[in-house]
Amino acid sequence: MGPSANRRSGNSRRAQYTTFFSYVAGGAGAAVGAVFLIISFFQPGAFSWLRGVGADAVAPVSSAAAGGKTASRNFFESIGGYFAAGSKNAQLRHDLERAHVRLIEADAIAAENHRLKALLGISTQGERPVATARLVGSSASSTRRFATLDAGTAQGVAVGMPLRSQLGVIGRVLEVSRGTARVLLITDTESVVPVRRAKDGIPAFAQGRGDGTLQLRLISLGINPLKRGDVFVTSGSGGLYHPNVAIAVVGSVTTDGAIAQVLSDPGATDYVVVDRPWASEAQAAPPSDEPQAGAR
Amino acid sequence: MIQPRLGPRIASRRINRAPSPLLVRTVPWVTVVLASMVPAWPYIATAPLLPPLGFLVLIGWQQIRPGLLPIWAGLPLGLADDIFSGQPFGSAILLWSLAMIALDMIDARLPWRTFLLDWVVGAALIVAYVLGCMLIAGANVPLVAMAPLLVLAVFVYPLVGRAVALFDRFRLLPLAKVR
Repeated sequence: MGPSANRRSGNSRRAQYTTFFSYVAGGAGAAVGAVFLIISFFQPGAFSWLRGVGADAVAPVSSAAAGGKTASRNFFESIGGYFAAGSKNAQLRHDLERAHVRLIEADAIAAENHRLKALLGISTQGERPVATARLVGSSASSTRRFATLDAGTAQGVAVGMPLRSQLGVIGRVLEVSRGTARVLLITDTESVVPVRRAKDGIPAFAQGRGDGTLQLRLISLGINPLKRGDVFVTSGSGGLYHPNVAIAVVGSVTTDGAIAQVLSDPGATDYVVVDRPWASEAQAAPPSDEPQAGAR
Repeated sequence: MIQPRLGPRIASRRINRAPSPLLVRTVPWVTVVLASMVPAWPYIATAPLLPPLGFLVLIGWQQIRPGLLPIWAGLPLGLADDIFSGQPFGSAILLWSLAMIALDMIDARLPWRTFLLDWVVGAALIVAYVLGCMLIAGANVPLVAMAPLLVLAVFVYPLVGRAVALFDRFRLLPLAKVR
């Protein structure tokens, strides 16, 4: 390819000034970006209104496309079912997976009932979800793991509310605008969820690794009792996430814990449920609300 | 005498026509903003995978039509990208402005360029941009987790260049009548 248009401004004052000021403007743009960046480091929520406006603006399109996504995936799933072993296969496998998770959760609940027979005074049975909505977007090219929910203050969603799908915990609400909310997924590196092993209640923290897996850190140090295939559920400590919701299954054991696969792939969920924080105290002081605050 | 190869209908459509001024001015800006909005599409990623398409389209335009977007274009376009990318606000404004300045300097140093050279320059900028975004986001993501995104972005870049060339042809369609 030949050289681009003549870059030499020659003797023309006007051309010289134009070139000069375009460079000055470019440098000024970089400086403005740096200032914004410093502001957003010290006040992560400073520009949330701008993101909210943007998300609200594209939300109708995203929601419509999300509906299309579900429809098209179901379509291809049923075609895949025909090719594999009949059209019901995919549906049955889906149901079985769900039932499997439910079974583990039931085991966890039974174990807890057994342990805390005397202490079971708190009833959370009548709890109704705040909203049911779709995840309509995510920060797919960033190292942070955020998603956009197509429900906002208009549907009663507030900052700090936990989200779950049929298969397990998804994340929590970080910023809310009128019609959308920004969700911190549990796989984000700043997300820490208190968990325990479903069968015997060994407590641990599940921290995101940013690549779709969780790092499980045991609270009591010593011999690592974890094994591949162990299922973890939320413990409810901290008061944000409801206890006994399935979250992850151990994939590989490390020296001080394990790396676990998340059970509820947010990309494969149709609808998610927004709950109130489990304990009302959590609304006053959530365990780690600021996305930039060191949650480690 | 050279016979016109085009059919009479297209030839008559081209005579006395010029590119529409509206398309000529707006197409580069609109395409970059639309590419920046891709994260708002309903694909929920559990790991960083999607190439930073807004950035790819931006450097694609700058390499195919150097000087078409002004050097300060990083400010407004980066702002649009920051709204949708999920990065800390200001990261795209800063990095896109720096990339525009860098591309302008490269364009001045290497006036004669080939496809391969453009690709190498583009790939270097993409890798620098992705690593810069990683540093700014501050997430302790292992570098291995970023490998798929980097590889995908570098190999998708020539395709983005083709797409930008297509947009450029659309931009210059002779739609307006010359009086």
